[in-house]
Amino acid sequence: MPLITSICAFPLTTHCMQFMLLFSRQGKLRLQKWYVPLSDKEKKKITRELVQTVLARKPKMCSFLEWRDLKIVYKRYASLYFCCAIEDQDNELITLEIIHRYVELLDKYFGSVCELDIIFNFEKAYFILDEFLLGGEAQETSKKNVLKAIEQADLLQEVRHITESAWSDSV
Amino acid sequence: LVPPPRLRELIRTIRTARTQAEEREMIQKECAAIRSSFREEDNTYRCRNVAKLLYMHMLGYPAHFGQLECLKLIASQKFTDKRIGYLGAMLLLDERQDVHLLMTNCIKNDLNHSTQYVQGLALCTLGCMGSSEMCRDLAGEVEKLLKTSNSYLRKKAALCAVHVIRKVPELMEMFLPATKNLLSEKNHGVLHTSVVLLTEMCERSPDMLSHFRKLVPQLVRILKNLIMSGYSPEHDVSGISDPFLQVRILRLLRILGRSDDDSSEAMNDILAQVATNTETSKNVGNAILYETVLTIMDIKSESGLRVLAINILGRFLLNNDKNIRYVALTSLLKTVQTDHNAVQRHRSTIVDCLKDLDVSIKRRAMELSFALVNGNNIRGMMKELLYFLDSCDPEFKADCASGVFLAAEKYAPSKRWHIDTIMRVLTTAGSYVRDDSVPNLIQLITNSVEMHAYTVQRLYKALLDDISQQPLVQVSSWCIGEYGDLLVSGQCEEEEPIQVTEDEVLDVLEGLLVSNLSTPVTRGYALTAIMKLSTRFSSVNRIKKVVSIYGSSIDVELQQRAVEYNALFKKYDHMRPALLERMPIMEKTATNGPTEIVQTNGETEPSVLDTKHPPPVTQPANQVRGVIISKYAGLHLCNLYIGIPPMTAYNKNGLKIEFTFERANPNPNIAVITIHASNSTEADMTDFVFQAAVPKTFQLQLLSPSSNVVPALNQGTVTQVIRVLNPQKQQLRMRIKLTYTHKGSPVQDLAEVNNFPPQSWQ
Repeated sequence: MPLITSICAFPLTTHCMQFMLLFSRQGKLRLQKWYVPLSDKEKKKITRELVQTVLARKPKMCSFLEWRDLKIVYKRYASLYFCCAIEDQDNELITLEIIHRYVELLDKYFGSVCELDIIFNFEKAYFILDEFLLGGEAQETSKKNVLKAIEQADLLQEVRHITESAWSDSV
Repeated sequence: LVPPPRLRELIRTIRTARTQAEEREMIQKECAAIRSSFREEDNTYRCRNVAKLLYMHMLGYPAHFGQLECLKLIASQKFTDKRIGYLGAMLLLDERQDVHLLMTNCIKNDLNHSTQYVQGLALCTLGCMGSSEMCRDLAGEVEKLLKTSNSYLRKKAALCAVHVIRKVPELMEMFLPATKNLLSEKNHGVLHTSVVLLTEMCERSPDMLSHFRKLVPQLVRILKNLIMSGYSPEHDVSGISDPFLQVRILRLLRILGRSDDDSSEAMNDILAQVATNTETSKNVGNAILYETVLTIMDIKSESGLRVLAINILGRFLLNNDKNIRYVALTSLLKTVQTDHNAVQRHRSTIVDCLKDLDVSIKRRAMELSFALVNGNNIRGMMKELLYFLDSCDPEFKADCASGVFLAAEKYAPSKRWHIDTIMRVLTTAGSYVRDDSVPNLIQLITNSVEMHAYTVQRLYKALLDDISQQPLVQVSSWCIGEYGDLLVSGQCEEEEPIQVTEDEVLDVLEGLLVSNLSTPVTRGYALTAIMKLSTRFSSVNRIKKVVSIYGSSIDVELQQRAVEYNALFKKYDHMRPALLERMPIMEKTATNGPTEIVQTNGETEPSVLDTKHPPPVTQPANQVRGVIISKYAGLHLCNLYIGIPPMTAYNKNGLKIEFTFERANPNPNIAVITIHASNSTEADMTDFVFQAAVPKTFQLQLLSPSSNVVPALNQGTVTQVIRVLNPQKQQLRMRIKLTYTHKGSPVQDLAEVNNFPPQSWQ
């Protein structure tokens, strides 16, 4: 039995976004992107609690709430909640824009995106997210460039072997 | 051989399940098939199978058996395999997994791949979840890519470098040369990520900060171009050019301008420009304004600019968008100490926010309102805050009540007003008042000598109405015990004195003793009050009777008091008047917080109230106790425990461990527990060691014990202090381990302690 047990789950370093969750109104997880190392058990606990907290919010309430040591920014688009956890010094309003940008990217890619698209093509939703954000920060601020990169990468899937430098031009 | 179902087929199938059990069955079946496929080292369908596994993982099912398969996919030369492999790695293979490090070589190869999209995958994965060891191994590769002319890779390398620095701060230096031309880039992606990288470096190292200050003019230029340039379709958001980059630059400027006059001056104009020219009709414009305000407030800006910033926040407060109102209140809270007068101008708008529907906005408005209270506005503000207290949700009442008490203490325009305010809180939110307010109020009342008659009369009348709110009842009982003589003699000057007899007063106090609504603490107060009245009233016999009845009370605390009071009547009657005389004026100890009793006469000084948690005042109970014990040494009397009741944590085989509590100043999240170990057996307990463990959300610190011998026959106690940090205010639980030697044999025991009084952790 340890004499002094360990501290809270979240690391104390300055970070932008700690995680992003997408879930339905029934609380079903549709995407989870974690930018901090946590055990599966901790992730599940956080997800469960946070989903419950956000789903309990009334429509007239603001998009921000304090939860544990973090700020949660969330927005509902149709049947999906987009939920980000950011740190104390981060700008909530621009985080709303980040969420909105991601939704726009999904929308452009899938053509009028709906929850079913994200369910059946979750891996693509991840690929798009990973071209937009890296380590919790935006890597590309041009919508066009993100979509172009995804398009090219999708094409690359058709090629059998990629050892040749056929696609190394910059975007 | 039938190929395994495709990903989307499986998803469709699983979604047809009507029950959780059905779904589980489908998934178990599919997992079994996938497992055998993995065992057979099937290359063709590995990608498909891992993808399916990732879907099932998202539904909450275990997927650890796919970890190694992800590694195999990453090593494949097919892009599809790599894409899914890296995705799987990011979902299943964080740094806590042993196999995590096996990725290092693959990532290294892929960082040097001839296809930029493969390099991109590697950079992304490393930048999202690379462990410190991986970062150490691969930092060189990242640094190389930071210098490439390929902007697609350069932007990713910059963010990857940020991650490396976070994981291994010592490596920061090696990225310095590569940062040289980062800001000369035209590509917005590279610019944005470069600014993030520079920000990270400056925040971590004062040397880097000084080094990069020279970039201020360049950053100012870039920002200016963004604002002044015409419409750029690629980066436009509602008429604003690349708001993400603007916000990031503003944040870097903040860090560079902090505590540096020259840099602050250099950015003054552009900040003013952004503050006045940014379109505010949409969230995106307000996001930029918000960041600008934060920067202005943090650097050494001239006062005109600061006022401009506060006014922006003031306008935000009037915005229809509640999100905007929320950030305005948050920012105002941060600046209220330094720019108090400017924030005061928006006081009425802030007070209006108390009526907002959103709970977070209400809370901030409340905290800010308390921060703005001063000698000039106390009457008006208190009216609003008391109205808020009446109607707000229970979750606010405790904090609001504490805030009202503190504000009243600091700025009360008169003693009468002060007592009335306290009364109002006790009667309307009495059950939410924090327990530590009770001793505080008692001290206040004691020290308001000329108001004693008025106070006891008002409190008595309140008791007649309602005996359910314990803090109110406790304060009232105490007052009646002290000033009951003033009550029956009708001496009140402030209002019409009521007619009440000694018997009526004793009826009320006895009623508290028997009522189901009274807590044991309250009963203690009532009994002591009755006892005190024996020197103030003439109906001593009645009091004697009551006291003797409670000598056989089931409540041990009450019983002990009654027995001692009985003894006072019988054997120490000559001491009784002295023991029970009026309490002297109490000296307030200096607290760690800024609260001192200062008689203000409406000075305009900024309220120095801690807005997040009104600092808990040192319980005068300790003061009171100290005075009594020193005067009446040897008599275990007047156990006026005001505060958290002690508890027995362990009592076995003659070893008894009691816990007594204090809340530490200034951090109300720390409970200070003192253990008292006593030994009732005939032999000493030597080599006594007390250990404790708490659940994960707590932190615990054990200080040195007073000794490790617990003497026999209760001849002494071993004490030890435990400090428990409980930031989430979760229910306190503890496991304790006791080891000692008794009569030559070692003894060890484990126990769970769950019966902590709520006041020790709430």
